[in-house]
Amino acid sequence: MSKDIRIKKGLNIKLVGAAEQTTSKAVLSNVYAINLNDFHGVTPKMLVKQGAEIKAGEPLFFNKNKESMLFVSPVSGELVEIVRGARRRILSLKILADKEQTGVAHDLLNVESASKEEVKAYLLNGGCWPFIKQRPYDIIADPDANPKAIFVSGYVTAPLAADLNYVLQGKEKELQAAITALGKLTPGKVHVSVGKSENSPLADLNGAEIHKVSGPHPAGLVGTQINRVDPINKGETVWTVTPQDLVIIGELLLTGKFNAERIVALAGSSVKAPKYYTTKIGTEISTFLYGSGVEGDNFRVINGDVLTGTKSAPDGHLGYYNNTVTAIPEGDDYEFFGWNKPVFNKISATRALTFSWMQPNKKYELDTNTNGEHRAFVVTGMYEKVFPLDIFPMQLLKACMVKDLDEMEQLGLYEVAPEDFSLTEFVCVSKQPHQQIIREGLDLLHKEIG
Amino acid sequence: MSDKRLTFKKRLHILKHHYRGKKMAPAFNALHTFLFAPDETTHSGSHVRAADDLKRTMNTVIMALIPVLLFSMFNAGYQHYSAINGFPSEFSLMNDFLTWDNFWIGIIKVLPLVVVSYGVGLVVEFIFAVIKGHEVEEGYLVTGMLVPLIVPIDTPLWMLAVAVVFGVVIGKEVFGGTGMNILNPALTIRAFLFFAYPTWMSGDKVWVYEAVERAGGPDAISGETILGYLAQNKGAEMSYSISDMFFGFIPGSVGETSTFLILLGGLFLIFSKIASWRIMLSAVVGSLVMGLIFNGVVDAGWIGETSKFYGLMSFDFWQHLIVGGLAFGIVYMATDPVTGAQTNRGKWFYGFFIGFLSVMIRVFNPAYPEGVFLAILLMNVFAPTIDHYVVRGNVKRRMKRLKNATILPKDSAGKANELHAETV
Repeated sequence: MSKDIRIKKGLNIKLVGAAEQTTSKAVLSNVYAINLNDFHGVTPKMLVKQGAEIKAGEPLFFNKNKESMLFVSPVSGELVEIVRGARRRILSLKILADKEQTGVAHDLLNVESASKEEVKAYLLNGGCWPFIKQRPYDIIADPDANPKAIFVSGYVTAPLAADLNYVLQGKEKELQAAITALGKLTPGKVHVSVGKSENSPLADLNGAEIHKVSGPHPAGLVGTQINRVDPINKGETVWTVTPQDLVIIGELLLTGKFNAERIVALAGSSVKAPKYYTTKIGTEISTFLYGSGVEGDNFRVINGDVLTGTKSAPDGHLGYYNNTVTAIPEGDDYEFFGWNKPVFNKISATRALTFSWMQPNKKYELDTNTNGEHRAFVVTGMYEKVFPLDIFPMQLLKACMVKDLDEMEQLGLYEVAPEDFSLTEFVCVSKQPHQQIIREGLDLLHKEIG
Repeated sequence: MSDKRLTFKKRLHILKHHYRGKKMAPAFNALHTFLFAPDETTHSGSHVRAADDLKRTMNTVIMALIPVLLFSMFNAGYQHYSAINGFPSEFSLMNDFLTWDNFWIGIIKVLPLVVVSYGVGLVVEFIFAVIKGHEVEEGYLVTGMLVPLIVPIDTPLWMLAVAVVFGVVIGKEVFGGTGMNILNPALTIRAFLFFAYPTWMSGDKVWVYEAVERAGGPDAISGETILGYLAQNKGAEMSYSISDMFFGFIPGSVGETSTFLILLGGLFLIFSKIASWRIMLSAVVGSLVMGLIFNGVVDAGWIGETSKFYGLMSFDFWQHLIVGGLAFGIVYMATDPVTGAQTNRGKWFYGFFIGFLSVMIRVFNPAYPEGVFLAILLMNVFAPTIDHYVVRGNVKRRMKRLKNATILPKDSAGKANELHAETV
């Protein structure tokens, strides 16, 4: 059974440098790193010491607040460094990989007949739990919660993001196993969305309600789909998993092994030959970045897509959740009379001497310049044009800024994640940091109420 | 050539670092960012950003005002010479209106208003930015252009300067600057002038250059506005035609006479997606509705020709849109995003009441037959209330959803029921 979701509000940001659909094997990385910033709100408690030999899939640390939540190593090797910051906070873990990889093998679980508790315990022990996120608060799911539904978005609308229809090809078995397992974890439904006119490997899954989605970005964001299908009310929890993580979950269920392998799209206008690479979570980005060639030396590497990713050094490491790496030019230059002359080479949601509306199919080469300075909120009605959720974006942002918990709750902060505000942030003429505001609001709400 | 520009750019860049953290940094940055869009890059969140910023937005509104300003400069002379020599019997746009003589009056009367408005306003803005250590914000770019266009042409420059200081400080800066103000700053300036110097803001002598000086003398010239004429219920045939009113060859505040150019400016703002079409449309509807009600009252015979309201009440409902400041107010003032309603549904109510009240005040205010600025200021005050109710509607919907939620998590069902009880 499938239901259609049609999104009208939004904006497709078309950029130069989409990854070509060919996959190469990335050079093996010497050092793999787990960046603790990827796990928002987790206080790590180490299980192994620096210098310890570990296997792929072996737990490295657990969440101090939820001890059953284990985080495992993507590769086997030696834990060479625990990078610490202020007050000895752990920033990242570095693992020097073995030439011959060895992994932890778990007993196989019969997914069909397993109980909810068995599935949960299996995923927790196997290190796949961190792939399950929850709303409210956009953090790793609380294993003790009882989600009313689980959402998987298989429709990609973010600019230059990896094409799931391509990277998931041939993974149907793993996806099915993961969906069956997830189905046990909720009394409600598992909702999977696919592009309406696309041929997705997710389209024929059993045990899930398939939704056919169409419309501009952010139609592909799972938050948009949740809002349309089954919005979150106060006191309710919804879990979300990305399809590329489903593959890892599925593989654990089918083989008993944690396989951190992932097909990553290397994209962006600074990349000469953007394409896909097979690599592993935590790999050095430089192992495939330079293989494709880069333009100049003034570019930014983004772990993720251009709207929601995090800034990374070229010798940084692939994030735990990412299947896209983007490189775009830095825009750290002045532009003479840049605020009033006609603009032909940038995207705009208005027509204020900007002409992107005349060429809706043109692909742009945007850089990281903010195109203006930070100001108070002035213009209204702009965000609503690109924000399809039944929420007042500006009012919610303001409630977060003034830390009004009641307002934040009532205006729907439970339903959103920072990524839902990526487009409003893009079009904001006041150049306000929307995603950061929402993140801080969610953290505050979690601390005070959650 | 490019080397030279590079050096200039670089020199400013070095100066920017030199000023960083110092008291005068906002003043320097304002001038710097006027010349060059800054080299700031994103750090997190969306790594790419849309092309437009607040400067560009404000600049678009200014562009929509330029035709009005130019027209007003010619009209200043046209009204002046016509009052002295009589209106040309066969009007020719090139020979009677777009003449150097007319334009010269504009240069000596309108341009100083613009210069004083910008000069004084920006000085106040710069001082506040330096004191408070924030960047000079762009709000005054539009305000500075609006102010000279909504005052009578004979407004003394010192009055304008005093009013601008009052408007920027009390109307905006005390609230925290651009984006935080409750009242439209340009209208606050106008209101200050109106209440502080009423004789210079209303009556029949201030709308045409030199009418004040010549008043009482043998060569006195008349220059009352159409609304003033109607308010006095003179009854005799009006000397201005509908096309005069629409194209703006009539006396009135500097920039508000040409409904035609205001309409073009409004369309440009709607097309460029800078101003809200919802507010404009609903304000037009609101004023038509009120006009129709008044026309109905007259048609029903509830008031007679002797009534002091007869002149304005019997004025054709749609003609309200082409005289006085209504069109200018609707297009450029009511659509101010900061002081107007901020929700899309709220904008409908906000606009409607602006139009509705403008015509109502027009008819019932004997001292000053122009209501749009009072109506907008009044609705500025009510805009947050309108938004409040619109937002509450959304909240209520969310609460109702919670009440109707069918699948509740088992372990949080108790909690949800409690919540439900709270919200009912």
